[in-house]
Amino acid sequence: MSVPVRGGPVHLDPPGPEPTGLGRFADFGGRFVPETLVPALEELEAQFRTAWSSDEFRDEYAELLGSYAGRPTPVTECHRLSERLGLRVLLKREDLTHTGSHKINNVLGQAMLTRRMGKTRLIAETGAGQHGVATATAAALFGLDCLVFMGAVDVERQALNVWRMQLLGAEVVSVTSGSATLKDAINDAMREWVASVNTTHYCIGSVMGPHPFPWMVREFQRVVGDEAREQSRAILEGADPQMVVACVGGGSNAMGTFAGFIDTEAELVGVEAAGLGLESGKHGAAIARGVPGVVHGMRSLFLQDEDGQIIEAHSISAGLDYPGIGPEHAALSASGRARYESATDDEALAGFTLLAETEGIVPALEPAHAIGWVAREAGHSIPAGTTVLITLSGRGDKDAAQVAERLTGERLQ
Amino acid sequence: MTVAVEPYLRARRAEGRKLLVPYVTGGLGKHWLEVVRAVVDAGADAVEIGIPFSDPVMDGVTIQEASQRAIALDATPRSILNEAATLDVGVPLLVMTYYNLVLHAGLERFAAELAVAGIAGAIIPDLPLDELAPWAAAADDSGVETVLLAAPTTTPERLLALCERSRGFVYGVSLMGVTGERTSLASQAGEMGSRLKAATDKPALLGVGISTPQQAAEASQHADGVVIGSALVRRLLQGGGPGEAADFIGSVRTALDES
Ligand SMILES: Cc1ncc(COP(=O)(O)O)c(C=O)c1O
Repeated sequence: MSVPVRGGPVHLDPPGPEPTGLGRFADFGGRFVPETLVPALEELEAQFRTAWSSDEFRDEYAELLGSYAGRPTPVTECHRLSERLGLRVLLKREDLTHTGSHKINNVLGQAMLTRRMGKTRLIAETGAGQHGVATATAAALFGLDCLVFMGAVDVERQALNVWRMQLLGAEVVSVTSGSATLKDAINDAMREWVASVNTTHYCIGSVMGPHPFPWMVREFQRVVGDEAREQSRAILEGADPQMVVACVGGGSNAMGTFAGFIDTEAELVGVEAAGLGLESGKHGAAIARGVPGVVHGMRSLFLQDEDGQIIEAHSISAGLDYPGIGPEHAALSASGRARYESATDDEALAGFTLLAETEGIVPALEPAHAIGWVAREAGHSIPAGTTVLITLSGRGDKDAAQVAERLTGERLQ
Repeated sequence: MTVAVEPYLRARRAEGRKLLVPYVTGGLGKHWLEVVRAVVDAGADAVEIGIPFSDPVMDGVTIQEASQRAIALDATPRSILNEAATLDVGVPLLVMTYYNLVLHAGLERFAAELAVAGIAGAIIPDLPLDELAPWAAAADDSGVETVLLAAPTTTPERLLALCERSRGFVYGVSLMGVTGERTSLASQAGEMGSRLKAATDKPALLGVGISTPQQAAEASQHADGVVIGSALVRRLLQGGGPGEAADFIGSVRTALDES
C-alpha cells in the first residue's frame, strides 16, 4: 500500500474475516438481546455486509476518513522515549484524527449505515466522552439527531467533553443507575433503543455488544492496523514490529490495531486497566479476572461475583472503566494469539507524564496505560532493543484537568 | 407441589376466565413470600418471581430499583429459590431473570434447581429464539417450560417459530420499550395480541407497561390475559405489603372479570 497524502481518500485493505455462525469468535460473541431488537440487528447485519463489500460505500467511507477525519494518521518514531526505555518505540497517532481519538473511524462508518437504513437519530453510550463526541460530530455532519448516555461519575470527570457534545447539538443524559459509569450508560442506551429502534440506530462505540457490532466495529477500526503495518514496515526497512501494544476498554482500538498484524509474526499485547491493583478488586481487567458470561448482548468475559452479578469496574480512565471486553479479544486470549496484561492507575499516570516529557505528546489516560505498561516492562519482560508499536488511541486534553488535580492536589481554575 | 404452566392456564382459559399473571421481585423485603401468597389469593393465575440481576436491560426504573434493593438485601438466585420452594400456592410459578445468572449457575444445574424448588417455568428476556437451544435442552430435560417473548417488531415468520417453541404461554410485549408504568395502553398492544391469537392456540398474554385495572381489561380484549409487573412492584417499593398487593391485584382481577 502506498500511503496517500493527508486529506485524500485513504487506502482501505480488503475486508477481514467474518465471525462464524451467529457472530461467534470461538466460544464468544452472539446476539443476546430482547426480542424487540432482533429484527433491527438482522437488518444492520445485512446492510453492513452489503455495504462493506460495495465499492460505492467503501469509496465514500475512504473519502470521509481522509477529507474529514484527517487520515491517514502517521506512525511516529519516538527517539527520546526509545533511548529512555532501551527499546525502539513507534506510535500510531490516532490522537491526530479529527475529534482526537480513534472513535471517529467507527462512528463515520456507522453514521453512513444509519443514513442508508433511513434512520434519523443516533444514540450512543460514552465513558471518556470520546465516543460521545465522535458520535455527536458525525450526527452534526450527517444532520442526524443525537442522544448520548454518560454515567454521572463520568459526566463529572469529563466535563469538557460533555460541553463539546452539547456544542455539537447532542443531548447528554447523565445516567445515575447502577454504578453510574460506562456499563450503566450502555444499559440505558439499550433500553432507549428498545423503545426507539424503528427510527434510531444505536452507535455502539467499541467491539462489543450483540452481533454484528463486534465484527462491524473491528472492520471500521482495522484501518488503524492496516495503515500502521505498512507505515511500520517503511520505518523498519520492511520488518514488522516485534510487539504491538494497545490499551483495551471494550477493545476497539486494540482490535483495529491487531487486525492489521494478525497475519504477521508480531506479538500482540492488550493492556487492561489494573486500577488500584488486580488484587484490590478495584480494576477493569476482564481478561485477567473475568469469567464467561452474557451481558450487553454478547457472550464474553466479565467481572462478576459468585452469583453472576456484574461487579463495578474501576479505572482512573473513564474509557477503560468497564467490567467486560469485546468477544474477539476473549477468543484471541483463549487461543493465545494475543496476550493481555494490565497497568495500574499510577502506571498510567507515569506513562502520561513520560510521553509528554520525552516526546511532547500528551496521551489520553487510556493509551497511557499501554505506554505505562511498556515503560514498566522495558528491559524486563520486553527485552532491550525490541521494536514496539503502541497505538496512541487518543490525545490527553480531555484528561488534563483530572491529571493536574491528581498530581498537584489542586483543581485547575 | 409444582403446577405445570400450560395445562393450568389452558384449563382456566377454557372456563372463560381472563388470565392474570403478576410479577414480584424475589427477595424484595422480608414479606415477599407473603406478597406472592396474597396475589394468588387475590386472583392471580400464575406468578412470575423475578430473580434480580445487576444489569436488567429489559427493565425500566421501577424494576431496576427493586432489583438493586433486593440484591442489597442479600437476595441471591439460591436464596430466592430456597425460599420459593416453601411456597405451595396451587398455581404455576415461573422465574423471570437474565441469562447471565442462568449461565453462571450452569444450565443443567439451574434448570434442575428450578424443578426442585417447584418452579414450572422460566422467562429470560435477553435470550432470544436464535440463542435458545442450549438452555432449552437443559430446561426440557428438567421439565421447565420456557416462555418466549414476541415484540411488535417481530416478523410474521419469526412469530410463528416463536409461538411454536414457546412453552407455558406466549408473552407478547405490548409496546416498544422496557418495563415500567405508562399512562395509557400502548397503541401496539391490540395488534400484538391479535397477531398472537392468530398465530397460536397456546395461551397468549400481553405484558410490559400494563399499569391499571382499566388497561388490563382493555388489553385482555385482544389476548388471553395480562402480566402486571411495575405497577405492583412500585407499590411494594413505596412500602406496601401483602395487603396492598392483594388490593391492587384484586382490583385488576375484578376489572378482568367484568370486561
Ligand atoms: C482515547 C481512548 N482510547 C481507548 C478507549 C477505550 O476504548 P476501546 O478499548 O474500545 O478502544 C477510549 C474509550 O473511551 C478512548 O477514548
